[in-house]
Amino acid sequence: MSLTRAQIESIAHLARLELEPAEVPLYQESLSRILALVGELERADTGGVAPMAHPLPGLTQRLRPDAVTEEDRHELYQACAPQVAAGLYLVPKVIE
Amino acid sequence: MSTGESAWETVIGLEIHAQLATRSKIFSGAATAYGAPPNAQASLVDLGFPGVLPVLNGEAVRMAVRFGLAIGARIARHSVFARKNYFYPDLPKGYQISQYELPIVAQGALDIVLEDGSTKRIGITRAHLEEDAGKSLHEGLGGFTGVDLNRAGTPLIEIVSEPDLRSAKEAVAYMKKVHTLVRYLEICDGNMQEGSFRCDANVSVRPRGTAQLGTRAEIKNINSFRYVEKAIQYEVARQIELIESGGKVVQETRLYDPDKGETRSMRIKEEANDYRYFPDPDLLPLAVDEDFIEAARKALPELPDEKAARFCSQYGLSAYDAGVLTASRELADYYEEVARAVPREPKLAANWVMGELAAALNKESLDVGSGRMPAQRLAGLLARIADQTISGKIAKEVFEAMWAGGQDADAIIESKGLKQITDTAAIERAIEEVMASNPGQLAEYRAGKDKLFGFFVGQVMKATQGKANPAQLNELLKKKLPG
Amino acid sequence: MHTHTLTELAAGLRAGKFSSVELVRAHLARIEASQPVLNAFISIAAEQALAAAAAADRDLAAGRGGPLAGVPIAHKDLFCTAGMRTSCGSRMLDNFVSPYDATVVAKLKSAGAITLGKLNMDEFAMGSSNETSHYGPVRNPWNTDYVPGGSSGGSAAAVAARLVPAATATDTGGSIRQPAALCGITGIKPTYGRVSRYGMIAFASSLDQGGVLARSAQDAALMLREMAGFDPRDSTSVDTPVPDYVAALDAPLAGVRIGIIREFLDQGLDPENERRIREALSLLERLGASLREVSLPNLPLSVPVYYVVAPAECSSNLARYDGVRFGHRCQDPRDLQDLYRRSRGEGFGAEVKRRIMTGTYVLSAGYYDAYYLKAQRVRQLIAADFRRAFEEVDVLAGPTTPTAAFPLGAKTADPITMYLNDIYTIGANLAGLPALSAPCGFVHGLPVGLQLVGPHFAEARILNVAHRYQRETDWHLRTPERFA
Repeated sequence: MSLTRAQIESIAHLARLELEPAEVPLYQESLSRILALVGELERADTGGVAPMAHPLPGLTQRLRPDAVTEEDRHELYQACAPQVAAGLYLVPKVIE
Repeated sequence: MSTGESAWETVIGLEIHAQLATRSKIFSGAATAYGAPPNAQASLVDLGFPGVLPVLNGEAVRMAVRFGLAIGARIARHSVFARKNYFYPDLPKGYQISQYELPIVAQGALDIVLEDGSTKRIGITRAHLEEDAGKSLHEGLGGFTGVDLNRAGTPLIEIVSEPDLRSAKEAVAYMKKVHTLVRYLEICDGNMQEGSFRCDANVSVRPRGTAQLGTRAEIKNINSFRYVEKAIQYEVARQIELIESGGKVVQETRLYDPDKGETRSMRIKEEANDYRYFPDPDLLPLAVDEDFIEAARKALPELPDEKAARFCSQYGLSAYDAGVLTASRELADYYEEVARAVPREPKLAANWVMGELAAALNKESLDVGSGRMPAQRLAGLLARIADQTISGKIAKEVFEAMWAGGQDADAIIESKGLKQITDTAAIERAIEEVMASNPGQLAEYRAGKDKLFGFFVGQVMKATQGKANPAQLNELLKKKLPG
Repeated sequence: MHTHTLTELAAGLRAGKFSSVELVRAHLARIEASQPVLNAFISIAAEQALAAAAAADRDLAAGRGGPLAGVPIAHKDLFCTAGMRTSCGSRMLDNFVSPYDATVVAKLKSAGAITLGKLNMDEFAMGSSNETSHYGPVRNPWNTDYVPGGSSGGSAAAVAARLVPAATATDTGGSIRQPAALCGITGIKPTYGRVSRYGMIAFASSLDQGGVLARSAQDAALMLREMAGFDPRDSTSVDTPVPDYVAALDAPLAGVRIGIIREFLDQGLDPENERRIREALSLLERLGASLREVSLPNLPLSVPVYYVVAPAECSSNLARYDGVRFGHRCQDPRDLQDLYRRSRGEGFGAEVKRRIMTGTYVLSAGYYDAYYLKAQRVRQLIAADFRRAFEEVDVLAGPTTPTAAFPLGAKTADPITMYLNDIYTIGANLAGLPALSAPCGFVHGLPVGLQLVGPHFAEARILNVAHRYQRETDWHLRTPERFA
């Protein structure tokens, strides 16, 4: 299962990762090898077997009561923000 | 619909996002109240900080189940939360927690009443729980976009209709019905200005008589009934014109521009987003058992259709009137309070609630719950019509005075001396005076000019300051005029 | 003082044999001295630690204080610590000062433990040698040209070199057990859901578990008892009572059935390593356990399953690192897409990018069924294999790693070679089972680890087996010369 340059670029875009052009062939190679490793799964007979999403079977989601338990701590939380103005997180302007 | 479209059939499906009226968010304990300062109601979980995890609000689940029961849908005993992955500034985790393959509510339906009075059943494919995103502000920030995550994590129920709607009007009727229902169930406040109730329309056209669906365009975030209608009408016309001139409809997302009255393709979004849905490993499968469902069922209020049917049978109202009066629970409750206070006059009550009261409320942009005209006070007025103390016409005058001054009907009738004249002798005297003062018209009437009957009615009413009982007046005039 | 065990330190502090301030000072000095050699720490919190130690001394004097009052520990830099940098070994979070404490951190604080600093690790927990850290590699105290293992390499090196008596760590595919084996110490990964993941920066949510690296099963039991327990902030946290792991340590091994996994002895296990393992197993037999072979036929597929599931989950978990609310942001972003691409491109190292891309691919349209769903089905088969095995035996035993530690740079050229280090450990993560590694000898001067795996919530049992083994052996007492 060999990935093309275009595939790597498309995956990198979906994942919003900027790659140096020189890096692309390296990722092509390593990803292709990983997929080859993973390809071994094909030989497993999984007919009638349910996918396991959680390692502990039979557990179900706990429900919490509908109560307000958090207060306004935006100053603390925004202390580590790259760019904030008037309480808003700033990003380059998005045109809709 | 205009004539050019009869060769075409319109197919519409609506996706409605209703914010559930919980106190706290679906996956965190932050408040959901509208209007807080930016990011004051965004907890670490809502902000998607490193290491945080979601915990599910049970009330959101109860509300979703209530909705499912109200549309006669199957409630999934096991449903799964899935991650919808994409990058956008108002989506802090880089994924939205939603439900994909296994939603909590499966196939249901809602009946709508069409313009011709007939009923049509609209299928609802599914309804599921998900979290809302934050808000982006693009103006006034000097070339930046500002992100407010207060709304991020607010619980939503996404309601997906089957593509069963065939016109903009049907779409509006369906949207209104869902709007009424979620407010009846008290799961959503339906406030479209504040964004609690949003609608996306999937619109396509096909040659009438064919079965295959045309390519559809999705019109997003239309926040009023009027805009839904206009947006769909515009879009249908656009698509037909496009196809008829040899073009092809592109599957895309469009925004309705209310100022220009047109839909526009959204510039950024359309790079085929592969959402890479997969079950969220931080949340376990949601199990809903029989007890949970029964508890929700018991807590259901009388639903709009049931209430309307009961109004027809209990109060003898027409289907149309019952439909109008049950448009909201508040209105329906108000009506019933009035109708019960003036027994044997349910039609009178209906006319007044839908007529004078509605007009007065609309003029001041109030609703029936505003307390401007308490049900008992209106009932007091209607009781005086019912017992013939005043005529319907005088009652309108009294109503205006009540509306302005806040007094009871009796007080106004008393202070203005508006009691209806029902004394036959008094009416006869008034008729005789009018007949004596208008010999010319009397002669013409007697000569055959029947139209002048109304003239005499008017003159007697004027002479009695409108207080003559109309029915008695008519009868007596008929007796006396011919001479 | 650094030669005492965690258990001895806790007791010594309560008995007034020494003060917490003395202890913390002594350990801080060792840490400072070791940094150029081992690079085990990313952040050292000397001032806060001494202040906390002074407070602990006051508590101890007043007869108050929890079971770990005044004892110095350190946290893998993947646990959020309020007011302290939490970097995950990544440039992406180099400037991230967490506004909150992870539940594990808070619990250990209430137990009285003193945090000396944050420990180096493979970036975002992705690695088996601690060579992918933005802060440089960690070195094995037994031979500083060799790797300590990963991703909890800093935690393991710190404990092996006696910089702290115990450290927290996390294990997604073996990241506690493998470094424990390579550094000659004891490490336990509990049952999935036993320890809260709130505040434990996520790599692969259905596999990650927080655990302990310590110098003995006894010390590990003490730490784990304080760390474990239901947390309402974590939906995957299990609400069952935490047994007193310490009290259960000394149960005799008579009648304990130990299973040896046939498939583990088929694979690339170094013959010298195998000898150490078999010696250990013989000792357990002499102590009263019975041994038998069991077969887990799907287990060899663990590595392919893992390299679908873990990257898939991490590709989604790491999407939040976008330069908007915290973490690294590129200079002068031209537009939104540039902000995302460059912040993430600059913030993440190559291994992290590799796994994000792998995960993105296996979840994408057209590949989801063939890869992700398929892997989760095979995962089910593997879990079923374990369940069947545990019907016949109480504990599974075998090697933790195929070889002892390897030189820095030896396996960095090919990711697959590195991935195969996890061949024995991954299965327990896929099935959510508790597992530990305890030292059982040396090969050419480098430590070898014995792995014990139990059924769900059998932490007490595997700690007990390890402890009884440690009562008869002294592998766990060995320390590299220069750190003695």
